[in-house]
Amino acid sequence: MRTWFFTEDAYPHLPPEETYDSVRVDLPNSIFDPAKGADLYHMFLDLWGAADELGLEIMNNEHHQTVTCMVPSAPIIMGILARETKKARLLILGNPIANRPRPVRVAEEMAMIDVISRGRLEVGFVRSVPYEAAPANVLPYRGADRLWEAHDLILKAWTHRDGPFNWEGRYFHSRQVNIWPQVYQQPHPPVWITVGSGPSTIPVAQHGHVGAVFLAGYDGVRPIFDAYRENYLAAHGRQATLDRLAYCAMIFVADDHKTAMEGAERLLWYLTANKVPSHWRNPPGYFPPHVEAQIMSGATVASVNNAGETSVEDQMLRGNVFAGTPDQVYEQIKNFYEYSGGFGNLLMMGQAGHMSYEETIRSMTLFSEEVYPRLKELTASYDPDEMAEIRARAPVPQPATGDNSVAIDFNR
Amino acid sequence: MADGPEESSISLKGAEIRVARFGAGRPLLMLHGGLGPMAGAPFAQTLAQSFEVIAPVHPGFGGTKIPDDFDGLQDLVFLYLDLIDELALDDAVLMGFSMGGWTAMEIAVLRHPAFAKLILVDSIGIKPGGREDRDIPDIFGLPFEAVQELIWHDPANVIDPANLDNDQRVAMAGNRTALAFYTWSPYMHNPKLPQRLHRVAMPTRLIWGESDGLVTPDYAGALNGMISGSELVIIPEAGHLPQLEQPDAFVAAVTEFAG
Repeated sequence: MRTWFFTEDAYPHLPPEETYDSVRVDLPNSIFDPAKGADLYHMFLDLWGAADELGLEIMNNEHHQTVTCMVPSAPIIMGILARETKKARLLILGNPIANRPRPVRVAEEMAMIDVISRGRLEVGFVRSVPYEAAPANVLPYRGADRLWEAHDLILKAWTHRDGPFNWEGRYFHSRQVNIWPQVYQQPHPPVWITVGSGPSTIPVAQHGHVGAVFLAGYDGVRPIFDAYRENYLAAHGRQATLDRLAYCAMIFVADDHKTAMEGAERLLWYLTANKVPSHWRNPPGYFPPHVEAQIMSGATVASVNNAGETSVEDQMLRGNVFAGTPDQVYEQIKNFYEYSGGFGNLLMMGQAGHMSYEETIRSMTLFSEEVYPRLKELTASYDPDEMAEIRARAPVPQPATGDNSVAIDFNR
Repeated sequence: MADGPEESSISLKGAEIRVARFGAGRPLLMLHGGLGPMAGAPFAQTLAQSFEVIAPVHPGFGGTKIPDDFDGLQDLVFLYLDLIDELALDDAVLMGFSMGGWTAMEIAVLRHPAFAKLILVDSIGIKPGGREDRDIPDIFGLPFEAVQELIWHDPANVIDPANLDNDQRVAMAGNRTALAFYTWSPYMHNPKLPQRLHRVAMPTRLIWGESDGLVTPDYAGALNGMISGSELVIIPEAGHLPQLEQPDAFVAAVTEFAG
């Protein structure tokens, strides 16, 4: 199992919660202290540098106008890491191409990082979370259609070698497309796309791209992974290999259980600090009307807004947090892996909120030295028939309390 | 009439459109606003005593689908040109509410011969202010309650989604998506419309709720100044929906002008 170290690069120095309505979109940037921000950027870069040295792969992403992610341009961070790291694969998950006016620019940026890193780039594409609609000024309606047209244009720009072509599509127009540099990896860097439901896996599996699932938990993972495997088999006439699927969880490893739970509590900031009102969570056209209607109803709005009420225990039961000693974390991941039917990429959200460099490095070190080797053995011995047997007898986890609405945000 | 208007589905080139037709008299093509079809409301039934009301449902509203080949409001305009041909309208009144008013203006600048009078009710469609003026509040960036407060004169009319049943909430969500689809960017206006409005060649009346917090009477004044010979009628104690909050005054303003 390949493990990708990920932090969303939060700016955690918030004023008292009762003084603001939202951490996203309209929180004034006067709250951002550039001196503290500089320290944080360097800490994040140091963490990724350490990941490279510890043998972990690297993942980053981008969001806009939010304290939860200080990176509005993932390629800038990855451009730095392309130079500063030596071995790690570099995954951007992802480029919000449904919201980008010029996909060709994305193709150029990715080609550049691929060349600088001598072919270590992996390129993710995402539709984006709902709160991105206002900052991008893009109506989320038909977002998936725009994503796939942009995807097709970018892949053509990467693979076309014979001089300019033109693109006059439904959503994007470009003339004289002839990107320099061309990509380093041939025919193009590996592509990842986030998936949040069974049907969303169809085009991803047909293209043979990696399907990545964020915090879907025990409740959500099987229908998505199963759909991917079925759609892959139908499209290609062979089983999908494990490396076609990825799962992102919050992971914290410590020397003892008590320290681990305390660290996981700080990691949970990622969920608990996500105070966002309904109108940013629910832009028109992002969700189908029946889902939007649920969000409109008082009860569901309350539960979404009170994501802060969740707990480490609850999120561990859900399969969204893996935390404990190395032995415990290995067992938790193995259980989830077997329940899900298997996946070859683990996206390790290993730092959030106020977590320090030292505690994060300790967790990453314990993971890479004591958990990672066992996970690699686990996936090396993968056999589809054996997995089917294991899965048939894998205990169905105890259902967590409450609904899983907080996970809505992370599915895309 | 108590059972609401009769609706039928009309097939145009490649598109289906739902149309309510009721009443007798001069034809009145009534284009609804972003809150969805209102052909069943009392004001429409009263209008039916003086007009043959023709009330289509913009595709995407009222539980209908946005056609796959639609990209925005211009597609709606051309759909209505087909509908006008299909119904062979003549000497008709064109009336639009809010985004229906914008749509009506887009038809009016084409000088369509079917229409003799134009009525715009709390209409969007232009941008009177500068690039940093928010002429119309960003309703897609406001809490539901805040939008409701902008819409109504009488706070008692404010809708609490908790008091709606699920079907009503689903309908409201579908209408919101459709409204955003037609008005997202440029927000609620066509930058080209002001330089085309001189082409409106028929008598025009603007009817406006005095307390409209969404599209204000100042906005109405700016629009009134762009249409030659138009007149502005302000309805007191009404917000964005004078037809619902002051139906008698509203119907009087329509029939006096176009009856």
